[in-house]
Amino acid sequence: MSATPETAPVMPDAGGGPLLEVDGLRVGFATEDGRVQAVDGVDFQLEPGEVLAIVGESGSGKSVTAQTLIGLTRGPNSYIEGSVRLRGEELTSLSESQLQKVRGSQIAMIFQDPMTSMNPVFTVGTQIIEAIRAHDRSSSRKESRARAVELLEAVGIPDADRRVDAYPHEFSGGMRQRAMIAMGLALEPSVLIADEPTTALDVTIQAQILHLIQDLNRSRGLATILITHDLGVVAEVADRVLVMYGGKVVERGTLEDIFYDPQHPYTWGLLGSLTRLDQPRPHRLPQISGAPPSLLNLPKGCAFRTRCPHEFGKCTEVPGLDARLPGDPNHRDRCWLTPEQKKTLRDVEGRIGLEAPHG
Amino acid sequence: MASDPATVDPGAPLLEVVDLVKHFPIKSGLLIDREVDQVRAVDGVSFTVNKGETLGLVGESGSGKSTTCRVVLQLLKPTSGSVKFEGREIAGLKRRDLRPLRREMQMIFQDPYASLNPRKRIGQIVGDQLKIQKVASGKELRVKVEGLLERVGLSPEHYNRFPHEFSGGQRQRIGIARALALGPKLVFCDEPVSALDVSIQAQIVNLLDDLQDEMGLTYVFVAHDIGVVRHISDRIAVMNNGKIVEAGDADQVCEHPRDDYTKKLLAAVPIPDPRESRARRERTGATG
Repeated sequence: MSATPETAPVMPDAGGGPLLEVDGLRVGFATEDGRVQAVDGVDFQLEPGEVLAIVGESGSGKSVTAQTLIGLTRGPNSYIEGSVRLRGEELTSLSESQLQKVRGSQIAMIFQDPMTSMNPVFTVGTQIIEAIRAHDRSSSRKESRARAVELLEAVGIPDADRRVDAYPHEFSGGMRQRAMIAMGLALEPSVLIADEPTTALDVTIQAQILHLIQDLNRSRGLATILITHDLGVVAEVADRVLVMYGGKVVERGTLEDIFYDPQHPYTWGLLGSLTRLDQPRPHRLPQISGAPPSLLNLPKGCAFRTRCPHEFGKCTEVPGLDARLPGDPNHRDRCWLTPEQKKTLRDVEGRIGLEAPHG
Repeated sequence: MASDPATVDPGAPLLEVVDLVKHFPIKSGLLIDREVDQVRAVDGVSFTVNKGETLGLVGESGSGKSTTCRVVLQLLKPTSGSVKFEGREIAGLKRRDLRPLRREMQMIFQDPYASLNPRKRIGQIVGDQLKIQKVASGKELRVKVEGLLERVGLSPEHYNRFPHEFSGGQRQRIGIARALALGPKLVFCDEPVSALDVSIQAQIVNLLDDLQDEMGLTYVFVAHDIGVVRHISDRIAVMNNGKIVEAGDADQVCEHPRDDYTKKLLAAVPIPDPRESRARRERTGATG
């Protein structure tokens, strides 16, 4: 509430500093069974033109992190701590109406399910026009419509002039997701949050949408946060990666760090369990045993401890997210094993993995 | 995952599908419904499945792979064509005559949230068909169901729980237990892992693999993820627009695809290796 209401909530006066800066973000929800700490200390920075991937299983806190950035998790039962700064402006303390001006125009979000994230009773065009006019009253209906057509063309929808008057059900899944992206881009935001944007789509469509996001990211200098559970998708588009588990970031580094020198056993497990078309198939698929822990009842110490075959005494203490590799301060992880131990332990039959599949 | 040669008798396929067609009418008109067109969901599909092997069916949504399964199982009436199970024609059989066949052929569904009745307990979900088919009842039924739950990696104490108490991976295990309760010979797996987290996918794929070895099952495995299909299948059939465009040995189809559509499917699968994936993008041109 510190900003005066007259000033625009976010000033594009970027003097140095990152575009988006998240510091010690913690999000908890009060439930009947107690407080759930969905996000427990997430920090990252995002620069223009960069794709940051947040990877994790359901319940790892990746979606809650993203939703909190634009204030979607605010509610009477939620506790939000930490700071989210966009060009130096604190977002967590903005009022709902100030935040509304940030949403769409500064930070846009696209969701997993393009079926349910559009209103079925309005045409696609109407929904894009609504987004434009909600933020820019001076734009006439005609201008907004022209802009909507332009946007649909930009995301590769053929015959956009006619399609703009179609209803969502007349679009295929891939086209609907393209339309969602067009809507997200309508106000030329500087940050795009894509929450599992391709999970509901076929592989061929997935490839197209990923390339679209990548192109937009390059041509418009859009900073993108990509949330996914699929490391294959990450390998295609991301620059930097955060791996989340049980509400915490367990490893973070560049794309190359995560794929070729992963430090956390959970990352090994994720990499190991992927099916590879470019390699001979293994007899059995390596798996991570057990299930993700309940956030109500996280194991003491390292949250991955109960599923980790390399657990030892020290794991009952929570490891910090520290740089453990000499000479690489940006590659950090939460695992007590030494880098030398990790190097030997993660080598499973010549590939990176958690452990050799038994049986 | 080569199938055991002892159980394969190449002379008699377990399932033989010849020229299967399923068209859905598109109707129009206010008072009198007139058929104006047809959706050719399955348009002349032929394949065989041998005992003990896994046939993978791949294709995008709308390619007709799920409809094919449903028509083969006679859950949908085929427009034309023949489906032979163990040499016996089953297309066009009456409901009552199909009932004994349900013991032989079962299905595992994609969505572990929608395919379990939320008001029934796990014991009932898995055991009901044993009761309907008069295989077991009372104490014996309970013992049987508990055995099944253990076999799929759940615990017998889960007998009295409700579906909402389970995670996605556990629910899929319940779906598998239900499909296996009657000791079927042939199981259709319709996208059984696509709704699950990556680490759980591997668990379910391995479980299906183990059960196949233990119980001598034959699978028809349907998925849009050709990576998973290749892992589990002996042979793969690729479907597009209601037709099989390419079929053959799993490694052969993935490594030396002949059909353009198969090539397109393979090229779209993300390679979980940044250097490889960049190299491929450069080979095939910037946009895919």
